[in-house]
Order: sequence, then C-alpha cells, then structure tokens
Amino acid sequence: MSENRKLQMNSASGVSRRTTLKGLGAAAGLIAAPGFVRYGQAQSSEPIRIGFQCHRTGIGAAYGRWYERTTTAAAKRINDAGGINGRPLEIVIEDDGTDPKRGAEVVEKFANQHKVDLVYGTLFSHVVVGSAPAAGELKIPYYVVSEGYHVASGKLNRYCVQPGITDVKAQARSMAPWIADNLGKKVTLVYPDYAFGHDHRDFFTPAIEAQGGQVVAKVPIPPTETSFTRYFPQIPSETEVIYHVMVGPAVLTFVKEMGEFFGNSGPKLFGFIDSLEAVDIKSPGLEFLEGSHFWEGMPRYAQPDQADYVTAYREAVGIDENGASTQDAKDVSTAAHMFGCWETLNIIKAAMEACDYKGTDDRAAMIEATEAMTDMEAGADHPQGKKRFNGKTHQVFGEQSISQVVDGKLKVVHRTSIEDGAYEPEADYTAMSF
Amino acid sequence: MPGRAEGGVTRAMANRIKLTPSAKSLALHAGVVLLLLALNFLLPEYHRGVFARVLVLAVFAMGYNLAFGYTGLLSLGHAMFFAAGLYGAGLTVYHLEWSVWPAFAAGLAAGTGLALVVGFLALRTTGVAFMIVTLMFAQVFYLTTLYFTTYTRGEEGLVLPQSSRVLAFPGGALNLSDPSTRYLVALTLFTLVLTVILFLVRAPFGRSLVAIRENDERMRMLGYNVFANKLASVVLSGLFCAASGAAYAVLFGYVGSGFAAIQYSILPLLWVLVGGAATTLGPLIGTLFMFYVIDTASSYTTAHLLVVGLVLIGVILFFPKGIAGTVRGRWLPWLP
Repeated sequence: MSENRKLQMNSASGVSRRTTLKGLGAAAGLIAAPGFVRYGQAQSSEPIRIGFQCHRTGIGAAYGRWYERTTTAAAKRINDAGGINGRPLEIVIEDDGTDPKRGAEVVEKFANQHKVDLVYGTLFSHVVVGSAPAAGELKIPYYVVSEGYHVASGKLNRYCVQPGITDVKAQARSMAPWIADNLGKKVTLVYPDYAFGHDHRDFFTPAIEAQGGQVVAKVPIPPTETSFTRYFPQIPSETEVIYHVMVGPAVLTFVKEMGEFFGNSGPKLFGFIDSLEAVDIKSPGLEFLEGSHFWEGMPRYAQPDQADYVTAYREAVGIDENGASTQDAKDVSTAAHMFGCWETLNIIKAAMEACDYKGTDDRAAMIEATEAMTDMEAGADHPQGKKRFNGKTHQVFGEQSISQVVDGKLKVVHRTSIEDGAYEPEADYTAMSF
Repeated sequence: MPGRAEGGVTRAMANRIKLTPSAKSLALHAGVVLLLLALNFLLPEYHRGVFARVLVLAVFAMGYNLAFGYTGLLSLGHAMFFAAGLYGAGLTVYHLEWSVWPAFAAGLAAGTGLALVVGFLALRTTGVAFMIVTLMFAQVFYLTTLYFTTYTRGEEGLVLPQSSRVLAFPGGALNLSDPSTRYLVALTLFTLVLTVILFLVRAPFGRSLVAIRENDERMRMLGYNVFANKLASVVLSGLFCAASGAAYAVLFGYVGSGFAAIQYSILPLLWVLVGGAATTLGPLIGTLFMFYVIDTASSYTTAHLLVVGLVLIGVILFFPKGIAGTVRGRWLPWLP
C-alpha cells in the first residue's frame, strides 16, 4: 500500500523510481570522481610524485609519446638504484593537449588534486609560457624540457627551471662558427613567421655576423602556407648557405619543393632537426637532404664511437641504431630532444638529495639546490654530454652535435663546445622572491 | 532553429507579455549565483580553480549565445572578439604597464570596436556566407597576432607579471592571482553579464532579436531595422566576449595567439549547443559540462577524445536542444 502510494507520488511529480536511481547514481559518480575525494598528507615513506605534463594529444603528440617513454625509462633506472632519498619515484601523467590553457589547468590539477611534489616535462614553448603563471602562483617547481628561450629570458618566475636541455639562443649561436668555417658566410634564413622562427632569426643573425658572415636575406613563411615554391625566388643568388627551420606537417613539401627548385646546383643547406623529429630521413621527398647538415641535440643514429653510457641510454629508452623504436622500426624517435627528460629527472634527483627533500615544504629549498648546480659531467646521468648550469637564468648550457645526411642517415661531423653557445645572463631569478 | 518561436505574437498578446523576468526566473538565477558563491568556500582547491576558469569562459559562451542563440547568427569567428579583449588588456599591461582597470577597459574597447567593424561588414551576408566571412575575419585577426610576433610573441605568448595583476580600489587592492579573489572576481563578471542578458532577452530589444531569428522578412515588413538590431547584437556579443578575454588575461596572466585560433571560435559554439542555445544558463552548463568531460576522461584514458565524442553524440541524442533547452522543452517551460 505504502509502496503504491510512493510510486503514485513519484509519477505525479514526473519523477520515476528509475529516474531517481539514475540521479542517485550520477550523484555518487560525481562524488567518487577524482578530486572530490580528500587526499591524505604525504608521508615520508611514500613515493616522491612527479607530475609529468605530457603532450599526449595535439600537435606535440609525437614528441609526447617519446618524452613519455624516456621518462618511464629514466624513472625505472632511478627506482632500480634505490629511488630518491630512499623513496621510490612515481610519475603521474596528465595530457595537456599541447595547449597553453589546458597546460595551466594541468599544473593546477597536479598541485591541488594530485598533490605532486613538482611538475616536469613540458616541451612546447607556448604550453610552458601558458603554464608558468600557474606554477608561480601555486609555488610548485616547474622543470621544463623545452629548449625555448622563455626561461632564460627572465620573463617567467623563480619556480621555472630548464636544467636538462639547452635553449634555442645557445643552439643557434653555437652553430654560427662551424657554418661560417665550413659551409659559407652568406646565409639566407628561411623560417616560419612566428615566435619559434623569430627566435632563430634574432639569435642566429648576430652570431653569424660575429663570425664575419652576414645574413643576405630573411624569408619568413606564414604558418598557414602549404606550398613554398613562390618563396624560393626570394633567395638571393649570392647565398652560400640556406639556414632552414621549417616545422610542422608541411616540412616534407618544403624540402621536396626546394629540391625541385634548386636541383643539384643550389646553396648548401643547414637545418634544425626539429623539422624532422619523428620523421624518417629516408621518407620519399627528402632525398634532396642528402649531404646537407643538421643541428642535433643528441644524435638520432648510433655513432661508431659513442660512449658506453650512450649505448646504455639508447637501450633503456628503447631505440635501435637508426633511432627508431626497438618494437617498431617505423616509429622514429625524437632523439634530439628527449634525452632532456632523462637528464632533467636525474637533476631533480640530485637537487632533492642535495637539499634532503622531505615534502612540499622543501620546494623552495629544492629550487635553491638546483640554482647552486654548476658543471655536470657527461655520463650515465647526462648521456647527451657535459653541461653547465647557470643558476641566475635557470638555464643549462651544453655541447651540440652537427650531423650530415650520408646515405640517408645522420652522421655526426662536429661537436660544438659549451662556450660556442654561451651568452651573458639577461636575468637573475635568484634575486626574485619565492 | 534553437529556442521557442516568438515571432507570431499578436498585439493583444504582446500587451500581456511581461518585459521583465518572472519572479520564478529571478529566484532561480539568484539561487544559481548564490550557489556559485557558496562553492567558493566549499569546493576543493582544484575544482575552485576550475570553476573560476569556467565562469570566465561562460561569459564568452554567453556573449556567443546572444548572437547565435537569440539572434540566429551562426558565427565562426568569435575567437577574434575574445582575443581582442585578451590582447587589449594583455598588451597594455605588458608593454605600457597599465594597471588592471584601464587595461580591462582597453580590452573591452578593442573587442567592441572590432565587433562594430566586423559586424558592419559581415552582416551584409547571411547564413553560410556569414559563417565564412566571420571565419575569414577571425583568421585575419589570428594571423595578425602572429605577424606582430615582435610585440605579441605570437603562439608562444606573454606572461603578465604577477605584480601587475592587482585590481586597485580607493580603499585597497585585490591580488588577482589569489585563488579566492580570482574566483570572486570571475563570479562578479559572470553575474553582471548574466543579469544583463536575463533582462535583455525579456526586453523589447531581446524579443526583436528572437523575432529576427525566427523571421527577419516579417520583422522588416513590420518596420523594424533588422540590420541595426543584428549589428547591436553582434556588438554586444563582442563586448561580452571581449570582457571574458580581458578578464582571462588579467586573472590568469597569459596572453597568446592560441586563443585567437579557429578552435576558440568552435568552442563557444560547442558550449552553447551542449548547454542549450537561447537559454540564459545554458552557456554556463555547457562550458562546465565540457570541461569536466575532458578532465575526467583524460584522467582515465589516453583516448579521451573518443570518449568526448561519444558523450557529445549522447548529448545530441538525448538533449537535442542542449541540456537547458531540453529541460525547458520538457519540464520547465518558464525557463528563460
């Protein structure tokens, strides 16, 4: 009887039992959703948790995939050796969609919901710059692996550091002496007409001039361009070297059309491998690159004289002698950048051990411990090569590789010195408050 | 077309139509605002941050809803109005070291001015042509932000220093990077725009927009200046979107070209469609819903975009007029 009455009441108000159950279920689901559950305070025996801001989707997905593999391998190595301060390392991954807005949200999620010790691993500059304000406000260390000049520019905040990969300013500067000595002194720059390209233009131009060379033409290419033939006539005939840093899906078309335009008689080519990371050099259309030179942060192809720790690193991250996945030869790595994840995690470990990191109260101490770092020797922790960290600019400096395409493979022909890329500090984060 | 047909009212009916929101609807909206206020103190830290962001973006969606939901102008270029506000406020803070008030005003002026010019030109077209023209204008705006990379840092963007993000008052100052302050400022902006829209859509101007959406030929025949009304709608819409963009810049401290890209023209359309076009609360519901679908799905699977797609299909199947629109259609016909 009472059951019937309840049913009638429900139907009179238009709410059936099923609807009520659904509503209750939804409410329970909402309460159980991540973040609505209170987390306990981290205990000293608990893992050290690092939030990895990963480009799993969006334009940076190919990089993100390899950054993730490298991070997993580096974390495994650290854990196998006893962790950090005796505590295991746990990597918490969130996808930032390679989007600056989502990047900032992810930093907030790491700090306030996952309660990680620090955030790490971002590559794309716009995500770094978009996320940096959140990291500063939440006072959470933000170790980026981005090669942008954003950190060294001093425009971010004291919690942002880039200790595991060199920045574009140092990279572009360090190429100039070798280019002037070996390829030619009259350079035409071909670059995408936005911040990444402008950085190369602005940093390389004074560097080549300092070598007695000159930039004879600058050819900016709008980011929406899909065909490039009409830009090639802008390259002056006196040009000895074309310095190209095109990126994105159009790069294959760019190289192919450049080959068709110049044939065998064109100027020498120098490029940044950023254009072709995760792309097979033997892809159809890239034949024109044979004999040309590239900057590489770390060589993609195994080199005959490489050190044992480099071999060990390559095995650990799972790349074969061609720099492709050992599981899938078509899955080409982003070898020139992803070493930065490996090295940054080792620097995080060193900084935490130096300040005897216990928990989130020691975040500022950890930044200070990182700022105190200087020279880092090449070895298992730093397989890309030796480095020198500048505590004021929060930026590391290091050696670079210059490689030539020989038989469709990249062969290292020169290593630049740290001094080749060094520049005067333009900021001092240590003077900023926490 | 979204919403109810209101084009066929007779003069006698028109005399009986109230030109202000009903008490029930006022109570509902006041309740929503009070609930949001209470959430500032109740939500866990992360979700409070999320809500602050969503409230700012809901203003963007409300601005879009005015043009799309109420006036029937399907624009694919509203990112330019949001970004005009963002850059108007951000660049003046960054380069000219303006304080927040004048910078915010500059953002509003940039968005409104742009809406006036774009509206004046684009409203010569209708339907698909209008979509394409607005898309092209937005693309021009986006490429302009990249072209002036020297000042905007293009896609990389600029960080507005924390020290500059302070809202000064005669008796004190508010630090906009403080989470609670940020939430309350976002809520204030949201409440202001919600109130304006709530009254506006019941007022003669709002009703003429709906009538234009339903049958602009008839409105023209009745002696209404359809072009002027549509232009006013676009300008007001641009103003709200710019307010959202300017608030985003000063509250979250980042300004970049990504916010001017096509994605940010599609997003408000999506939020409004999911929440309910031509409803006052739909934009908030849609923005909040989409945020949590992406946030929750990406916590569980790397294929979260697939989940998002499936959820959207579900919403379209079960809530063809958006969430608030379907609630209005089925249960609460008085919902504005």
